[in-house]
Amino acid sequence: MTNAQTSRPANPLVRLFVKVGVLPFFLAGALVTFSLLSDKFLSGQNMANVARQSVYLVLVSMGQMLALITGGFDLSVGAIIAVTSVVSALAMVSLAPMFPEFVWIAIVLGCLAGFLAASLIGAFNGFGIAYFGVSPFIMTLGVSSVASGIALFLTGGVPVADLPYSFGDTFGFGRLWGVPVPVIVALVCIALIWVLMTWTRFGAQLYAVGGNIKAARLSAIDTSRVLMLAYVLCALIAALTGLLLTARVESGEANLGGTIALESIAACVIAGVSLRGGIGRVENVVLGAFFIVLVQNGMNLAQVSSYMQMVLLGALLILAVIFDQVRYRLIMGGN
Amino acid sequence: MTSLIETRALSKRYPGVLALDAVDFDLNPGEVHVLFGENGAGKSTLISMLAGANTPTSGEILREGVPVAFGSVADAQKAGVHTVFQEFSLVPTMTVAENIFLGHEPRIGPFINRAAMRRQARALFDDLDFPIDPDAPVAQLSRAQQQMVEIAKAFHGDLSILILDEPTASLTDREVDHLFRFIARLKEQGAGIIYISHRMQEFTRIADRITVLRDGARIGTVAMAETDEAALVEMMTGRSIPEIYPTIRHAPGASILSVSNLRTPGTTGLDFEVYPGEVLGVAGLVGSGKSRAFRAVMGLAPRLGGTVHFKGEDMSAATPRAMIGAGAYYLSPDRKSEGLDLAATANANLTVNLVMGAPPGRLGLIDRRAARAGCTEIAGRVELSPDYRAKRISQLSGGNQQKVLFGKAFAQKVDLYIFDEPTIGVDMGTRAALYLLIRDLAEAGKAVVVISSDLPEAMNLSHRLLVFSNGRISAQLGGDDIREDRVLKSFFDEESQSA
Repeated sequence: MTNAQTSRPANPLVRLFVKVGVLPFFLAGALVTFSLLSDKFLSGQNMANVARQSVYLVLVSMGQMLALITGGFDLSVGAIIAVTSVVSALAMVSLAPMFPEFVWIAIVLGCLAGFLAASLIGAFNGFGIAYFGVSPFIMTLGVSSVASGIALFLTGGVPVADLPYSFGDTFGFGRLWGVPVPVIVALVCIALIWVLMTWTRFGAQLYAVGGNIKAARLSAIDTSRVLMLAYVLCALIAALTGLLLTARVESGEANLGGTIALESIAACVIAGVSLRGGIGRVENVVLGAFFIVLVQNGMNLAQVSSYMQMVLLGALLILAVIFDQVRYRLIMGGN
Repeated sequence: MTSLIETRALSKRYPGVLALDAVDFDLNPGEVHVLFGENGAGKSTLISMLAGANTPTSGEILREGVPVAFGSVADAQKAGVHTVFQEFSLVPTMTVAENIFLGHEPRIGPFINRAAMRRQARALFDDLDFPIDPDAPVAQLSRAQQQMVEIAKAFHGDLSILILDEPTASLTDREVDHLFRFIARLKEQGAGIIYISHRMQEFTRIADRITVLRDGARIGTVAMAETDEAALVEMMTGRSIPEIYPTIRHAPGASILSVSNLRTPGTTGLDFEVYPGEVLGVAGLVGSGKSRAFRAVMGLAPRLGGTVHFKGEDMSAATPRAMIGAGAYYLSPDRKSEGLDLAATANANLTVNLVMGAPPGRLGLIDRRAARAGCTEIAGRVELSPDYRAKRISQLSGGNQQKVLFGKAFAQKVDLYIFDEPTIGVDMGTRAALYLLIRDLAEAGKAVVVISSDLPEAMNLSHRLLVFSNGRISAQLGGDDIREDRVLKSFFDEESQSA
């Protein structure tokens, strides 16, 4: 078949770009820039710091990736983190006095309450998107407002304090074999998601739904169920992050989610996850989230003001989307 | 002997249109049953219900004598009905092997067995004799290769009924031979095949029976041995060929569009002229570059080199806006996604072009009264009944939608009309009316280009015919040279030739 569409770009840099996206270029640029601006940047201690700090964004970004691969996105991850934090903290605080001898019962039940709340929100997102065809943008934006409101309403805006000490000691500051517990949790989660996306039918179905939903339907895939599950999984991963963050700050807070929705989308897009769905790899997303935290860390060391950091992060996201457009055109063969 | 599958009085009603009207159909084991009819005759609607992609409004489907209701494609597949859809059901971002096994990947425990998947895909392609790499992403395959993957997808599991919707539309002769050999093998195994095609020369090779549909109704079912092409055409159209295609007076003027060595992604070295007072037909397989060439002329597709002169001006780098302003009009083949605003009324759709084509009224505001008068005039010209003018496009039938799309072309001052698939999905009556509009334009001294995958249309309307093959012009035929055998030969030509 001699056809112009099957030809590949000759330039090796362009080929690399088509294969992995813009991330390696950004990463190299960041490493060079920040190591020039600060000697401390490349030190082992700082890198370990970045690894620990990046856990939360890495987790949320993997959940976000699931939504993006189906061709949508989830703007409510921040609100889900807030709800998880508040619900689990309230549950722990109210359950702890009942089991004074067995504080772990309160902790486990508290965490389950958080996961349950998050999965309800995720199911609500998925339900609207899969069964009523609400655009993911509006659905998750609306849910985000609802969930944030609930979290604030439950606490009156005041942090929920007096969590069991073991909770924060273990999941916030604990170490296992010298490795921080949150890092271990993240590594396990990365491995699970990787297996899910690469080696299970559900993973293949996620890619198919995002790549061409009509084709997926004609290939006997229950697309509504796949969409639904994607949003539930995304919410559950966000909930896991919410619990780790709650343990870290040792209180249930309704403002924990912050700007993580934007940051997780940026991490995914920079890592080559297509906004049109169907394209994206777990390992790249992990690297993409790590890159964002690395840039924030580098800017802190270089004493860039936090306001200016917002400007640069937004600009990076837009730049990444522009490159995504170019890459998509190259992949689809110049149409 | 019970039929493999049978329909009784099967009907499908969409808002405003009865797509299928009480159709009886049956398929025997070891039989190739061809469905024949024009675009919009109901073939696709019928098979979409047999395939489980659609549910009937009334009537029933019997699988080996037992009534069934397929709720999904998966249901139909479980019952042994596999379908190769005309619209590709491939995921472009996934590999060939992933696509073939989508929804039933081989597994070890809960995990996909990728090695087995690749091995089985390779074995399948060897068996079918299709030279395709199972690891290639589908987006990078040619259209013919994608078609082969689509066919390969149907060949697993319990296959007792295979539905093929225009499977040969983009295959070469050699690939068609492979496919037919495979169909013969399936027949021997007792499977039944429902085969949709427009290519009548294929029927004599594989068909056992032919059912002809027109405007959603079954016209008749005949044994291949007892019929011929002329009889089939008459059944399909309800009239003989001379009644459908008008005779168009040929009075070419000086060249209005001159394209030289135009290159676009997927096409190379295009040279051609378009003259006023003439209909230039453009034929070729889907993906041959025939549409892309003219989209590039309009500035709708990227141009990689060469020149375009329109009315003597160099328009080689012109935007679509500049081309339209200079008096060229392109009618999109995809009225739903590119041609019309489905949520707006017919009048509103026409008004956009009227407003863009006329100087603004007083104070630079839209002159509503003139626009209304313009709509009425155009609607009369394309014979769009007054009831439909205030209706939303989505509520109109395909034929009426196409009339509105044609109407948009008349709202502006145009000297060159490029009609890309002008009668796609349109009933016979509307087609005849649209052909008369094309005749009127050409006889009024306009330049008209008709790009069509419907070969009789391209041949019977045009004074000259360009044939595209593999991204180049493989033949330019004129007058009596426009014959089916010559055109079909040029479809698959690698080297260009001129006549």
